[in-house]
Amino acid sequence: MKIGVLALQGDFAEHIAMLRRLGVQTAEVRLPEHLDDLDGLIIPGGESTTIGKLAVDFGLIEPLRAFGERHAIWGTCAGAIFLSKDVRREQPLLGLMDITVQRNAFGRQVDSFEIDLEVAALKAIDGKARPYHAVFIRAPIIETVGDGVDVLATLPDGRIVAAQQGKLLATSFHPELTNDTRFHAYFLSLIR
Amino acid sequence: METQTGTFAVKKGLAQMLKGGVIMDVVTPEHAKIAEDAGAVAVMALERVPADIRAQGGVARMSDPELILKIMDAVSIPVMAKCRIGHFVEAQILEAIGVDYIDESEVLTPADEEHHIDKHKFKVPFVCGCRNLGEALRRIGEGAAMIRTKGEAGTGDVVEAVRHARAVLGEIRRLQNMPDEELMAYAKSIGAPYELVKETKELGRLPVVNFAAGGIATPADAALMMQLGMDGVFVGSGIFKSGNPAKRAAAIVKAVTHYDDPAILAEVSRNLGEPMVGINVSTMPEVERIAGRGW
Repeated sequence: MKIGVLALQGDFAEHIAMLRRLGVQTAEVRLPEHLDDLDGLIIPGGESTTIGKLAVDFGLIEPLRAFGERHAIWGTCAGAIFLSKDVRREQPLLGLMDITVQRNAFGRQVDSFEIDLEVAALKAIDGKARPYHAVFIRAPIIETVGDGVDVLATLPDGRIVAAQQGKLLATSFHPELTNDTRFHAYFLSLIR
Repeated sequence: METQTGTFAVKKGLAQMLKGGVIMDVVTPEHAKIAEDAGAVAVMALERVPADIRAQGGVARMSDPELILKIMDAVSIPVMAKCRIGHFVEAQILEAIGVDYIDESEVLTPADEEHHIDKHKFKVPFVCGCRNLGEALRRIGEGAAMIRTKGEAGTGDVVEAVRHARAVLGEIRRLQNMPDEELMAYAKSIGAPYELVKETKELGRLPVVNFAAGGIATPADAALMMQLGMDGVFVGSGIFKSGNPAKRAAAIVKAVTHYDDPAILAEVSRNLGEPMVGINVSTMPEVERIAGRGW
């Protein structure tokens, strides 16, 4: 299995390190031809405006949409924003997932936080129900999800921070910044 | 478990989100918008860019919070601001208005010639400049969650940024070949905390994100710093002191993404208009150099 990580900007190296720990081949994606022969794609954390602009400039928007029609894509934070169909401001989006997202939903950097989440879907990975320690950095929230989108995780106040639509996955937080590979293993399970 | 804010993981984490990106100095909300539209990952809000601080002289202090707040209102990307070395009250003020990162910067006139700020006390993360591994690890020891080279700000001459990048990265390469029993003496010789020396050896890189800064003026300069092994770049005077800031800014952003693709670098380097004029660092009197500030 070969998984690409969109490497226009952001913490793509952290995702690649997690994928290697799970024993899969990886590739950095900067141009449309880099999507050939991939089985799935991760869009990392970073600045969504920067990633969107570079995706437009290098002709990646349509190839990424076509890729997402057939393959698994997971977006973390900026990647989740980029996968969504609406962020209520003008910026390039893939519109692959039927979710609306609010950027910087918790405030500025001093409001960035860590918290343990209950993510029932992860129990399938190792058979154990234990909390998932999530890191939120100037994080977005998923405000609304359409029909056909499952909510995977919420904060204690009920706000949605992880969602899945078929083989498409969006998380407000950054599993690539932890040592816990369960979310990456879960993404790979959508492909296998 | 409770929600935890201001942890080292979230401070360091924001810098990780900036990797592979360009952070641009801006002096007005309009500049900030141009930078965001060009693809900047963050802006540094200032009253004067380093080239003007250099030209005008006098004491360079933290910018007016009103200006920083207007820039924060103008863009959705993170906003950084500078305080003087050791001036922890300027840092408290910047934290109070909600900036996303503080640069404890040698570009401003130092407020303390012996001590830097205790950055662990703050919820807001700090970035600090360095010229070598010892200086980088002292700053991380004080709580910096991001490091940058000092270079020689406001000159448009990349030579000092290259010198500092090669110093840090070269020292890390040597450290990796050092047997563990030599680490304590090495830590002593470079004036760095032992635990951080050990961690750097194990990681094979600095424990925090490491950007290039100080003299970067062209897409080629930015790609040079990336090929040397830096995580991203700051561009100060190089953009808004050039003939066509919007175009140059967008070109530098593309050059940082495609730093290893000479065909794309050639394409983005075409027709950018006049670069900033620049000052040759090798002919600059020692007293005018600012990279020596910091202890």
